[in-house]
Amino acid sequence: MRAKGLNYIKRCMVLFSVAAIVMTLAPALVNAEYPEKPITYIISFNPGGESDVTARLQESQLEKFLGVPVNVTHKPGGGGAVAWSNFQRTAKPDGYTVIGVNIPHIIGQPMLRKDAGYETDGFDLIMWFHFTPNALIVKKDSPYQTLADFLKYARENPKAATVGGSGSFSANHLETLRLEKAAGVQVTYVPHTGTGPLVPALLGGHITAAMGYSMLGVQYKDQVRVLGVAADERIETLPDAPTFKELGYDIVGGAFRGVAAPKGTDPQIISRLAKAFSETNKIIAEKQRQLGFVMTYATGEDAYTLVGRMKKNYEGILQEIAAQKKKK
Amino acid sequence: MEKLILALGALANPVVILIIFSGVSAGLFVGAMPGLTATMALAVLLPFTFTLPPLLGLVALGAVYMGAIYGGSFAAILVNTPGTPSSIATAFEGYPLSKQGRALEAISVATIASAIGGIAGVLFLLFLSPPLARLSLRFGPSEYFWVAILGLTLIASLSEGSLLKGLLGGTIGMMLGTMGVAPIGGETRFTFGMPVMQGGVEMIVALIGLFVLPELYNMAALGRTSLGEVTVSSREKASFWRVVKRVLSKPGNLIRSCIIGEIVAIIPGAGGNIANLVAYNEAKRASRHPERFGTGVIEGLVASESSNNVTVAGSMVPLLTLGIPGAPPDAVILGVLLLHGLRPGIELFTTSGVLTYAFIISMGLAALAMVPVGLIGGRLIYRIIFRTPYYFLVPTIGLATILGTFALRNSFSDVIIMLTLGTAGYLLKQIGINPPPIVLGLILGGIAEVGFVQTMLGGATYRFPVLRLFENPLSWILIGMVVFSAAWPYLAALYRRLRSPGVSEEGDQ
Repeated sequence: MRAKGLNYIKRCMVLFSVAAIVMTLAPALVNAEYPEKPITYIISFNPGGESDVTARLQESQLEKFLGVPVNVTHKPGGGGAVAWSNFQRTAKPDGYTVIGVNIPHIIGQPMLRKDAGYETDGFDLIMWFHFTPNALIVKKDSPYQTLADFLKYARENPKAATVGGSGSFSANHLETLRLEKAAGVQVTYVPHTGTGPLVPALLGGHITAAMGYSMLGVQYKDQVRVLGVAADERIETLPDAPTFKELGYDIVGGAFRGVAAPKGTDPQIISRLAKAFSETNKIIAEKQRQLGFVMTYATGEDAYTLVGRMKKNYEGILQEIAAQKKKK
Repeated sequence: MEKLILALGALANPVVILIIFSGVSAGLFVGAMPGLTATMALAVLLPFTFTLPPLLGLVALGAVYMGAIYGGSFAAILVNTPGTPSSIATAFEGYPLSKQGRALEAISVATIASAIGGIAGVLFLLFLSPPLARLSLRFGPSEYFWVAILGLTLIASLSEGSLLKGLLGGTIGMMLGTMGVAPIGGETRFTFGMPVMQGGVEMIVALIGLFVLPELYNMAALGRTSLGEVTVSSREKASFWRVVKRVLSKPGNLIRSCIIGEIVAIIPGAGGNIANLVAYNEAKRASRHPERFGTGVIEGLVASESSNNVTVAGSMVPLLTLGIPGAPPDAVILGVLLLHGLRPGIELFTTSGVLTYAFIISMGLAALAMVPVGLIGGRLIYRIIFRTPYYFLVPTIGLATILGTFALRNSFSDVIIMLTLGTAGYLLKQIGINPPPIVLGLILGGIAEVGFVQTMLGGATYRFPVLRLFENPLSWILIGMVVFSAAWPYLAALYRRLRSPGVSEEGDQ
């Protein structure tokens, strides 16, 4: 009788402890299940661009860290706005759809377009993984050896110097406007439909200078000279190119590329994705650095702080443009 | 030279041959499907090439690219639908041939012409890269504007019957092209408050809608496919050697088309989509019987298909020497080069010369591989399309075009745009406004706009900025060509009138 009772108590205790273990582990188990199906990674630009090439590099590493297939798809158009507006309208916050995002695009477009269709703050940011600073670049045989030479010419001949860049109200364009303001000169900004067409314009001598991304300076280093880089400090792959800061102009800016999830995604999923993207970033860093990218690891709060900081940087110039547009 | 031989050695490897054949076959399939483009195929292939050694990766990309541009001709010949924008003109002659039961002959001609074009492009790339690259840099904004205007003069010859209706079509196309975010200035235009319209009307979406849907409506209305049955005599005519002889019998046409293809290819941003139309137009102009064009003329087919395959290797001239992608698919190849640490420029031909030459030669081999793959695949596809009754064929092609359109930008609104344009295109066709001028307007309108606005910006300090359009010698040459091209129909008429006594005597007999 006694033995039986003990047995009963024992059994109960075992059952209880199993239950307890299950109960404490249950939430963890549910979470460990994410991800359980393929993740769609949307790129809002054309195949072959920087965003696409980066995503292709990340793809296989992400699959390794997440254990599920990651499908890169493209939805180009409107300088990214088509995909971003569609994403904010329709994507489910379940962690299975993420989208590449770019600064300053997601800051500038909603401010300047009536029907951009999305909001800067309408994303749950996962991570900003790299930065390509703007750089003022001339052809190797250009008469302008330094930024001072170029600005002297621009000062003496208002609007005569043509500065090409990728897109309108893009990182390149806004930086040109900031340089004009800081140096008190007037140039003519000539927009191009991407970094691709900017290169022949520069090498063919159809523009005086290009305000492009630093990668141009690295990839075409035999044919061009970098007069100034819009970064806090000199970048590794362009050791001889001075920063605007060194030259006395407080101009730091360029394009940040990152990835975001729909608003309202479970924070645990966000941090799981952020971890996978960070690990991936470390692995592809060497390849990307050589191409002239500056790697960043802004996750969690840092990702939002970065947007805030860049917003402040561009706010003045963007509001001026918006006011001008209204006047028209 | 030594590097060339070493390069050949690097290619003498069964794996390379296997990759070339499978690449060409895959490319052919992608090209034949409307909506799947060469650029997309290369982008999808990209992650796989990372796992391969650089040479094999590049060989695979080159073979797929070559196959895709050629594959576009199948859909053009068999269902009057250019599979890629590079074979628009192929449909003009290829489809009438199919209707006459000469589909196999048309496919064989397209195959041989494509192979010759592909090889010609490789030869240009091997031996004439430096001067051609220098020429490509001379094209600035004002030159782009004049190239686009020159292209628009093609409307005169593309519009059968009424010139006015052709111009109307071109205008419709240019207006469609203004929708979305302005290429310069970034304003949103004609979006009607819909965020999705910021993406505008994608050229390939319009191409699919305007070419495929009217044809499908037609088949459904007639209750049969328009393909004619292949007769014994035409089957004989389609035999390999006969076709080779026929294609080579007009060397002038081939050489002209290849040179046009090469020049268009080295202009960054213009590729097979413009080359095939220009070459077709020149073939028609040079022909003694321009009035027969549009009814299934072999020369027109040869011009279109040879010129577009020249652009494959041709667009790599600025890519390999300067790092400037000559056409959209080249952007993907540039990405691969850079990821393997290969920087375009002189180094590519010296330090990594063996690799570069091997890559270039492999494109020539891919062009050769198109012959067996295309002749066998072509017969197969023809048989499938011919044997399938129209009530299966129409919905199948319809579904494929919808999928293709969707896949292009993963956008459902593109499907709606495609269906709307296609239906409108069918109705416009009934009143004599044909799709080619509309598509031409859409392709060239944007190029003209960018060129014009950039030129005006460049002339900001001029008293009359518009004068900047007339500044460069290269612009003068292009303006001369525009004037000549626009005046040609009148010149030709004048010439005929001067010789008319002789002609009318013959006519009386």
